[in-house]
Amino acid sequence: MFDLSMMMAKIVVILVGTLGVVPVMVWFERRGAAWMQGRIGPNRVGPFGLMQPLADVIKFIFKETFTPRGANKFYYLMAPIIALIAPLCALAVIPFGSKAFVNGHEVILQVAQMDTGVLFILAFAGLEVYPVILAGWASRNKYTVLGALRGSSQIVSYEISMGLALLSMLVVYGSFNPHDMVSWQQGSLGFIPRWGAFVNPIGALIFWISIFAETNRLPFDLAEGESELVAGYHLEYGGMKFAAFFMAEYVAMIMASALISTLYFGGYGILPGMEFAINLISNFFAFGEVGMQNTKAVFEFISLASKIAVFMFLFVWVRWTLPRFRFDQLMDLGWKILFPIALINLVVVTIGVYYFNS
Amino acid sequence: MGTINISKKYTAREKAYLPAILIGMKITLKRFIEGFLFRKSFTIMYPEQKRTYSDRFRGMHFITVDPTKTENCTACFLCETICPADCIHIVADEREEENNPYGVKKEKKPVSFDIDALRCCFCGFCEEACPKDAIKLSGNYELAVSSREEAIYDLDHLKRNMNGRQEKI
Repeated sequence: MFDLSMMMAKIVVILVGTLGVVPVMVWFERRGAAWMQGRIGPNRVGPFGLMQPLADVIKFIFKETFTPRGANKFYYLMAPIIALIAPLCALAVIPFGSKAFVNGHEVILQVAQMDTGVLFILAFAGLEVYPVILAGWASRNKYTVLGALRGSSQIVSYEISMGLALLSMLVVYGSFNPHDMVSWQQGSLGFIPRWGAFVNPIGALIFWISIFAETNRLPFDLAEGESELVAGYHLEYGGMKFAAFFMAEYVAMIMASALISTLYFGGYGILPGMEFAINLISNFFAFGEVGMQNTKAVFEFISLASKIAVFMFLFVWVRWTLPRFRFDQLMDLGWKILFPIALINLVVVTIGVYYFNS
Repeated sequence: MGTINISKKYTAREKAYLPAILIGMKITLKRFIEGFLFRKSFTIMYPEQKRTYSDRFRGMHFITVDPTKTENCTACFLCETICPADCIHIVADEREEENNPYGVKKEKKPVSFDIDALRCCFCGFCEEACPKDAIKLSGNYELAVSSREEAIYDLDHLKRNMNGRQEKI
């Protein structure tokens, strides 16, 4: 019973945290874009326009539920559901803290403890191709099919360099378990923390570029190129079904940010300088070992959240800086540049690990 | 005449692409900070704050009036003749003596003076053709109406009070 309630609590934290961040991100995306372009952005609804996503949702709910003629209704409705569920499932394996003590029981702060956690994440990240294909094909429209074609080929080709970059990191950590990865990154390399990004910078860069393609964000949002494909694969979707796709994009962004933080930037490992704050608080309230560990868990969660926030900001920042790639340029970058570099990097890292371990 | 080849060889720095990205991101970050911290923006908050165009802007038409609120128009049909869009329709009549303070100067008057703003192309030829400086184009650019009938400006509408070329608020 205790395990079940703790599991429910963890799921609620992840779900509420993720879905609660989405409207804020939507607001920040629009407001940040406006600031970067010398505009003001949405500022009418609520203070600083913060209620704008709420107004959008109300509008979405009252829109007509519409299915285009000739569409395959089952797959048409299935696509936004998969789009939303796949990244949320992948988030289940991301640890958001080491452990906490509740009523004397030890609780590991991760929804699903799996030794093959990273493979699980990769599997569900790979599932993100399906909503693109299903939505494009099931809505029976030339433009959506074109968008689905582009999107799926893009995601499949970038998954390879992403996988290779990940593999080079797995060689370093020697484990599939996210907890082991984070604890490996706890030490320090002289004056910088021993994060994966400092051990394997090329891998981190390739992984970072690939997650832009994976989440269909600019400069790789060919699947929804407005100028040539009207809206891309979700052209025939309206109302809440479109909102589901829209939310899925942001959930995927959060998932990708959490993944890159865990793999390359120390995950929930506390940021440099926070140890001092933990000691200060623990000494001030005279916490025992249990209280100290719980305080540490809170700070670990804050560390992960701030790392995710930095990557979310980077997503927005890059989106409003770079123009969209042409399709052949995108494929060239994926297959002719990132893939060979990732392969060479994997070999170099493997040799390095062998040299250091022997 | 041969073909001009405008393609160029890219340098290694340009091929690497990342330095250019960093320069671009530096610029957007600067703009972001300017907008976020210093509230710098070029937006005109439209319904509250209106943009003023120059006096040469050609917006909604009006007809000038003399101090007795009599229109300066003498229904000479020059504007209707020159109008390339055929949007001016005038019905002329003789002006009564008592309403004619300047004696012989305004013998004719328009009984009705309709401008179909949906046909009008705002070329300003009517203003140039007018010998009495009666018809003019104002700086008003808010021409939206909710029905086609409202887009036909009649004499009453054209004789509205103006402040120079700007609408009187």
